[in-house]
This record gives sequence, C-alpha cells and structure tokens, in this order.
Amino acid sequence: MMCDICGKKKATVHLTEIVDEQMSEMHLCEECARQKSVQMEQQFGLADLLAGLADFGKTAGGEAEKVDLQCPNCGMAYEEFRKFGRLGCSECYEAFKMYLTTLLKKIHGSNQHLGKTPVRMPQAEKKRIESLQDLRNQLMQAIQMEDFEKAAQLRDRIREVEKLEKKEPDKKEKKK
Amino acid sequence: MELNDFIHSTGQWLMGTGANANIVMSSRIRLARNLAKKPFPNKARKKDLVDIMGMIQDTIAQNDYFKNSLFVKISELDNVDKQFLIERHLMSHEHAANPDGKGLVVSKEEILSVMINEEDHMRIQVLKSGFDLDETWKIADTIDDSLAQKLDFAYSSGWGYLTACPTNTGTAMRGSVMLHLPALVMTKQISKVLNAISKLNFASRGFYGEGTQASGNFYQISNQVSMGHSEQDVIQNIHGLICQVIEQEEQARQALILQNRPVLEDKIFRSYGVLKNAHIISSQETVELLSMVRVGIDLNIIKNVDRHAINELFLMIQPAHLQKLDGKKLSSAERDTKRASLIREKLGG
Repeated sequence: MMCDICGKKKATVHLTEIVDEQMSEMHLCEECARQKSVQMEQQFGLADLLAGLADFGKTAGGEAEKVDLQCPNCGMAYEEFRKFGRLGCSECYEAFKMYLTTLLKKIHGSNQHLGKTPVRMPQAEKKRIESLQDLRNQLMQAIQMEDFEKAAQLRDRIREVEKLEKKEPDKKEKKK
Repeated sequence: MELNDFIHSTGQWLMGTGANANIVMSSRIRLARNLAKKPFPNKARKKDLVDIMGMIQDTIAQNDYFKNSLFVKISELDNVDKQFLIERHLMSHEHAANPDGKGLVVSKEEILSVMINEEDHMRIQVLKSGFDLDETWKIADTIDDSLAQKLDFAYSSGWGYLTACPTNTGTAMRGSVMLHLPALVMTKQISKVLNAISKLNFASRGFYGEGTQASGNFYQISNQVSMGHSEQDVIQNIHGLICQVIEQEEQARQALILQNRPVLEDKIFRSYGVLKNAHIISSQETVELLSMVRVGIDLNIIKNVDRHAINELFLMIQPAHLQKLDGKKLSSAERDTKRASLIREKLGG
C-alpha cells in the first residue's frame, strides 16, 4: 500500500481519525506521518481545547475578556492557565474557583467529587468541611425554598462528609 | 534492582494469565497525586522539582510495597534506556523529554510503577495481566493509602484530588484495559465498536502508548471522566463495556471459523511460517504477523506455542529492546536483522 499523501513511499503508519463520530482512515509513509503529526499537534493541542472551554467569556469573533486573577501561592496568572491549560499548584483551584466550577462541569459533566478521600486529610482541608448538622439545616432550607439544584449539591456533600466520618473511627482503631 | 536486570525478563502484565487472557492482555489503573501547596511540575523550578522528588523518594524508600524496587533519575539515563522504559509501558514520552528533576520507581514484577514529576508529582500505575480491574484498583487504592500516611496530598472535599490538568481532577483515576481484537478488525466491525466507545465517553488508543495508532490489533480502552462518579462506579462501567467488547470479539472469531476455516488457518500458518523463517523483518510486519499467531493460539489452531512467548515478542521486537539485548546501538537495517533472528530463536525456527 502506498502513502495517501505523497503516493511515492510505502505506507507504514495507519491513522484513524474520528471527527463528529465519522471515522476516516489514512495510510501514510513515515515521513508524511511525521509531518501530519506535527500538524495535528498544532491543531489539537489539549491546552488549546481546554483554553477554548475556559474562554466562556468570549463572544463569537471577539476577544475574551481579560481576567486579572493570580494564585497567591505559586503566582500563576489565570491568563497563563487559559493559555496553557495547566494549573500551577493545588491553591490555584481556590484562587480560580469562580472559573473552574464551570470549566470542570464542562469537562466532566459534573463538578462534584464522589470518589475516595485521603486517609489523612490535609489540615487546611479539615477546617473547610462543615459540620453535618449545619449541612442538614441548609438542605432543609433549600428544600423549603424549592432550590432543588442546591439541595442536590448539599445532599451529595452530606453523603461525602458522612463517608468521611465513617473513615475517621477506623483510623483511630488502627492506631491502638 | 538495576535497570539492566529487566532486560531478560518481561513484566507480569505480559504473562498471558488471568481472566479472559485470550482477548484481554492487561488491566491498568493510574492515579495522579500531588503534594499540597507545592508547585506542579509545569510551574516548578528545577530546585523545587529536586526537593519534591526527594520527599517522594524518602517516603517510597520506607514503604514496604516498594521493597526491591528500582529507582532511577531520568536525567541519568541515556536515550536507549529512556526508550526502553517507554517501550515497557513504564513511562511516557513526555516524562523522557525534559528529564531534569524527574524520577521513576518500578517494582520487580513491573506491576507497580510511579513516575515522579511527570505532569503531576506522582503518577502511580498498577498494571496486571488479564481482565481484573477490581483487583488492580484494590492494589492501587492500598498503595495510595499507604503513601497518604506520610504525604500531604492536594485534595479538596468538593473537587477531590487536585491535578495539574483539570481533565484529571476528582478521582484523578484512569482505568484501562488492553484488548486484542483481530477478529473485529478482520470482519471490519472495529470502527463500529470504537465509535460506540467514544460516544460513551471512553477513549481508545494503541498498544504502543499515548497518541499511537492501534497496531497488532491491540486497543487500549480507558475512562475519560474523573468527576461525578466514584472509582468503583467508573471501574464497573469500564468492566461492563469491556465485557460487551469481549463478547463481540468472541462472536467474530467464531464467525470467522464457521464461515471459512481453511482461509483463516492459512492466514495464521503463513504468519507463523514467515515469523519462523524471516531473516529481515520490520516491526510493523512483525506485529501484524504476531497478532495472527496469537489468535491462532487462542483458537487452538496453533498448539505448540505458548501465549506468553508471543506476548513477550510484542515487547522485545521494539528498537530499544533490541539494542539493549545486543548491548550496542543498531541502525534501522541492523535492527530488522536482529529482530528476525530474535523471533526465530524464540519460536524455534
């Protein structure tokens, strides 16, 4: 089989692209494949895709509004994150919370963590976890106000804190 | 352990044992973990990276799960060694590209490995032969817990494990299964299957790593999403999906036998014949032929070759492996000759 691009050399690389659920196949020689992969990187860098998602302030054709936010811990500017798609440290999440809430939901379809918790919670994080009673009161209020979206979020959060509290006694037992 | 100790063996994941080993090569769990408040590798200066690597290295050195493990600094490796580790699925191209302040830990059986300071401070990988994500996850979970006793992981109660790239935030877990699907390819059903997989938010890629095209009819399928589901849920979802794909492949294999057994047998034995007799062979041709021999073993058409030997060859025929085995640099043409002689030796040609 000859290369689909140059038609001169033997095709040794077989490329399958899926665009809009349509699959296409290409058979390329090593040289053309290398060029093609450079092009693809230029076109489809993950950072670009993320940056696209993060640009929700952008209007069609217009420039995105500049966000003047900076992480106090590592110095990462929000604009830098928007450009490269990588955060600078764990504290960036707090610093850019407003924007990340939407971005995470766009990426994952949810912005709620339902997985495991570290066996030993970081000290700072412990303080952030509200007491169960407080959360239950808020849930009651949300239901009374018919704010069901908030209620669902609170319900998930209660489950999570409950899970966490279940873990704590285990740890003490282990220590004995 | 020394790096060169790995040359003459292959990882446990190539044993060809475990559930559905005729179709499933291996199951893998990867967890991303970062140290709270420390700059992520992309933002860290060289000094930060060295400090972070030191902290992680100290913790790992005291951890029983990592007894007899290999620890290497990537900056101390030459290009062939780096390529060798990439070929073994123990580290990424990205990890090899900017080696300063980066490290790698590998257990003796290669079931457990940790990339230090790749995109995140730690990328913990558990890789096992056969179809068993549950067990693979249990190992990863246990190791993660034991490391969290000593290290303060970046975590928020609402968003879970915090990672350099927001596509990993949450569980920071990827579960993946490597499948050998020659019958779906031969019956031209593979695109349908891959399309369905991508619609369900799962990714598929090739045997030879991130960004590579499937070759030798191997496809690696993994979850994309890491928020809104627990680890167990994600694993169950992958499990369910993979069971379906396995069934499709089994059916396609049976259909091939029923429809035209002589043609299939001819294709398999010709592949075997070429592998046993060739004196010059490219890696592309090799993986295609090995794939046919592997399915021949699965269908009991080839009886005197063991699956493990074939699995091993998929790894050993790669450029850095051939050069490590020969103990010197080889040109592309020299590798094609060395590859053919290695295959003849392994298959008793």
